[in-house]
Amino acid sequence: MFNTPEELRYAKTHEWVREEEGLAVIGLTDYAQDALGDIVFVNLPMEGDAVTAGESFADVESVKAVSDVYAPVSGTVAEVNEELLDNPALINEDPYGAWFIKVREVRYDEELLDAEAYQKVCEEEHEA
Amino acid sequence: MELKTPLYDEHVALGGKIVPFAGYLLPVQYPTGVIKEHMAVRTAAGLFDVSHMGEITFRGPTALQSLNHLITNDYTNMPVGKVRYGILCNEKGGVIDDLIVYKFAEDYYFVVVNASNRHKDFEHMKKNILEGTEIADISDDLAQVALQGPRSFEIMAQLLPEEDIPQKYYTAKEHVSIDGMDCIISYTGYTGEKGFEIYTAPQNAVKLWRLLLKTGEPYGLIPCGLGARDTLRLEAAMPLYGHEMDDEITPLEADMNYGVKMNKEEFIGKKALEERGEPQITRVGLQMIDRGIMREHQDVYVGEEKIGHTTSGTMCPCVNKAVAMALIDKKYSEIGQIVEVDVRGRKLKAEVVALPFYKREK
Repeated sequence: MFNTPEELRYAKTHEWVREEEGLAVIGLTDYAQDALGDIVFVNLPMEGDAVTAGESFADVESVKAVSDVYAPVSGTVAEVNEELLDNPALINEDPYGAWFIKVREVRYDEELLDAEAYQKVCEEEHEA
Repeated sequence: MELKTPLYDEHVALGGKIVPFAGYLLPVQYPTGVIKEHMAVRTAAGLFDVSHMGEITFRGPTALQSLNHLITNDYTNMPVGKVRYGILCNEKGGVIDDLIVYKFAEDYYFVVVNASNRHKDFEHMKKNILEGTEIADISDDLAQVALQGPRSFEIMAQLLPEEDIPQKYYTAKEHVSIDGMDCIISYTGYTGEKGFEIYTAPQNAVKLWRLLLKTGEPYGLIPCGLGARDTLRLEAAMPLYGHEMDDEITPLEADMNYGVKMNKEEFIGKKALEERGEPQITRVGLQMIDRGIMREHQDVYVGEEKIGHTTSGTMCPCVNKAVAMALIDKKYSEIGQIVEVDVRGRKLKAEVVALPFYKREK
């Protein structure tokens, strides 16, 4: 029902992680963007900020509501996708292309899910 | 336990995201999304299920007197077929509900109220009507859909002869037959666009809904949910019960003077409104200057002084700005006044702007 690429890992809170040249690239999943609806605003951290796995590092606002975005890993923000600030709709259009931040000095402090396990989480939530 | 409108299965079949609202399960949006639904209403047309709304009839020789006693507006000399806005005040001048009144005969009026207030309104009305007035809550006997947007007239013209379509804003026609279905057709709405609200028996609802969608499709008509209904009404600065007004806020404080006839001899709450005097607060529009989005119930400041709070706020698709309505101290209500809004712990700069945020071109 929702797109969950095999090569990514996922947090239960609906963020995805892609490993890329020693960095962890982080974004919101297809399920999350669909549940939020049209995203109209994003708050992002600054380069150099510390992020902690399981804690909020950004928030997104849809027409309807505000939602926190949680860091699936710990580390330091190496790069911020500033394009999202001007065009938050990219998250709806291409959730796995519209990354939020890249993290260096990555520590996997929280358990992450593979695509199959994450899909199950979505299905359960969707049923509820 | 939430109720379902007669169109519930249609919403599910169309992929609507169903949420509980005012005791009903209703679609907040369809797969098209709030922004596209909003824009469809501004540029073409949108169809809303508003069957949750409450309908109460007033009949009898004193129906007019009862309405004039209960409601802040004046219904004397209102012609048959006319619709007029009004407010139900409590003895303290606070707002019990806002509503619209249809006149279908000298002794027959039809009142449409907010779904969430329906029972409260009915009890209040029952207690205060005059002898010679019979009221009935017929909400469960009626479904309602709203066809809204600049192309609504063309769509309606495919279904009805011109004489069956109300031509003036805030007028309505009773017993109009759409493909054999007995309907009330009302030139009213809650979007800031031209359009119609159509009432019919629940057993007709699915047929009417499908007929309208099919007829309207070539004109760009799409089904719209509660999300778009809220952004549309906010952009048009139309107040919503529980946000811009409630039991504690008077209609004068909420800047709804257009629905209050203080020169009328009497209505429930008039004395309290007089005693409270010139309101010290008023409703204003705010537009965000900093980056961020205002929501309801956020405090508004000038310097360290708290001057009020927001009542509704969102990112408005049409004007593409973060806007809010707020009830604030009147002395800071001048257009151009810079304020700060506490958006989840961050004080963001906003500016007082004229309402409405969006006004359709005539």
